[in-house]
Amino acid sequence: MARFLLKRLFSATLTLFAVSVLTFLMFFALPRDPVSSICSKNCNPERLERVRDDLGLNDPLISQYAGYMKGIVTGRDLGSAQGGRCDAPCLGWSYVTNEAVSDTIARVLPVTLSIVIPAAILWLLLGVGLGMISALRRGTWLDRAAIGFSLTGASLQLYFVGAVLLMVFVYNLRLLPVPSYTSVFENPAKWASGLALAWVSLAFLFSAIYARLSRAQMLETLSEDFVRTARAKGLAKPTVYGRHALRAAITPVVTIAGLDVGGALGGTVITETTFGIQGLGRTAVDAVRSGDLPTIMATVLIAAVFVVLANVLVDLLYAVIDPRVRLR
Amino acid sequence: MSLSPVEGVALAEIESDPDASTTAARGVVGRSPGQLAWLRLRGDRTAVVSGVLLVFFMVLGLAAPLIEMLYGVGPREQFQNLLDGNGMPLGYAGGVTGDHWFGLEPGLGRDIFVRLIYGLRTSLFIALAAALITATIGVTLGTLAGYLGGWLDAVVNWITDLTLAMPFLIIALALTPAITLRFYGERGQVSSAFGVGVLIAVFAIFGWTSTARLVRGQVIALREREFVEAAKASGAGLGHMLFRQLLPNIWAPILVSFSLAVPQFITSEAALSFIGVGLSDETPSFGRMIYDSLDYLQTDPAYVFFPGVMIFALVFAFNLFGDALRDALDPKSSR
Repeated sequence: MARFLLKRLFSATLTLFAVSVLTFLMFFALPRDPVSSICSKNCNPERLERVRDDLGLNDPLISQYAGYMKGIVTGRDLGSAQGGRCDAPCLGWSYVTNEAVSDTIARVLPVTLSIVIPAAILWLLLGVGLGMISALRRGTWLDRAAIGFSLTGASLQLYFVGAVLLMVFVYNLRLLPVPSYTSVFENPAKWASGLALAWVSLAFLFSAIYARLSRAQMLETLSEDFVRTARAKGLAKPTVYGRHALRAAITPVVTIAGLDVGGALGGTVITETTFGIQGLGRTAVDAVRSGDLPTIMATVLIAAVFVVLANVLVDLLYAVIDPRVRLR
Repeated sequence: MSLSPVEGVALAEIESDPDASTTAARGVVGRSPGQLAWLRLRGDRTAVVSGVLLVFFMVLGLAAPLIEMLYGVGPREQFQNLLDGNGMPLGYAGGVTGDHWFGLEPGLGRDIFVRLIYGLRTSLFIALAAALITATIGVTLGTLAGYLGGWLDAVVNWITDLTLAMPFLIIALALTPAITLRFYGERGQVSSAFGVGVLIAVFAIFGWTSTARLVRGQVIALREREFVEAAKASGAGLGHMLFRQLLPNIWAPILVSFSLAVPQFITSEAALSFIGVGLSDETPSFGRMIYDSLDYLQTDPAYVFFPGVMIFALVFAFNLFGDALRDALDPKSSR
């Protein structure tokens, strides 16, 4: 198990390294002049040149990259214009917000976590539950309703569902406040009521996909020999379905779930834009609009870290659920 | 499946296609797998309805300029005189009248119906073009990697793994303006054709890997079969191997993945336009319209309703058709 874990961690590090090089090249080498967008209006050439120098854009690309990476691992000294010393996970200085990028990220990351984690729990419970029920009650009205739900949900757009929910629950019925973020440690009730719509709309769309997937998986598993054997030797239905079949059917669901949660943690761009909540995704959008390179770079990197970590986690879960994986 | 014995190569594929004349003599009609799938598809009510709907949408998109002529209103025309002092459309349901079937946009007062038709055109064009390009790249690289193996396989595999680790929406969000900036600079007026091209390019760069992965897996499974060995033994070249021996055996999954990729690209395009990096305001787009409508949720709910329902119908039809196609091509699947 330890060797398996080490191997996975090694390849994950390699992937992250490649992603960081690629994003670095994309955002610092691709634009003709990365600085011009930072102060596009009333910007004199001297200031432009100074900003360029502060950001180290006049150095060769490799030393720029090395400096950036060194900043993440050990921290580094930026010029006095960029707030001086920048501590360990240093992601640079943003000229747009006049703030260290790591501070911005530290502020918005809890927001995205508060949206994604409850939503993920909701959509997994709802989706897998619905899929299981419709597989076990195959052909009944319940099954047909679940299929209809998942087909419709998979074709709906998050922003449209979000807009309709906003219209109904916030503006017409006035049951919920306008979505906003409050720390859960400060006021849990306000936290929940402010984010409930985001959870529901995310969970609605995702559970549609999961219901469909887990229904198909469960149907396939139910027709396998080992399920019949378990029934034939006299095990009760709940034991067979709940322990034997579920465990076999759930593995592909785990993969997709890992990728989805990882992707969502990297920035629920659409959700945050629809509900006007300032999380990681919204920050990325704002950074792109204002051409805030260090922040763009940081959000992309963090999103990638989440996806890669989720992948490792999925592999570990696999090894726990299905012991055969460990042997490979 | 047509038989074309070229270059004197062993006709190994004959075994899968019984001679039609002998079966007909026994009173059984010989049908190729393609014909069988077509019959199954035609017998499937969902497939027929969604297929007809798709054709209807495509005709609407293609005929957009014609519809504009008949309808008599252009996508950029503004009807300020039909708005009240706050820029809200007069009348019910966002200004729905005989002249403006789906009402007017608050603020600028542009006609929603004609903008939707043009949005449909943009959306379908981008999605179909992106799906075609990704399918071409993916199939080519996938078959080559699967058949040849070696360093090419390793490279394709590695790139596929890497793109899986890249968060698509965030990268596309950041990349699209960067590319535009590269070609246009800060103040350049970006033409809408260029915006469309950039979107297609971004989709192509990140989209081909899933097709490549699928095709590669299929080719690896086929590679060790006898008919491939037979063709190789009789001296078939690389082109013949790929296009005459391998591809005809895997066109079914490719077709299915193509038809399910189109709605994904439609969704992605709308999502990017929704975030505001896709297309400029000049080009009508579903995502952009829904984003604009968010400000008017309280005052003009009809504005969000029409584009939202339209894109739902489009994606829904594509998804239903893709599923039906899969069922028709692979009757064993228990989806």
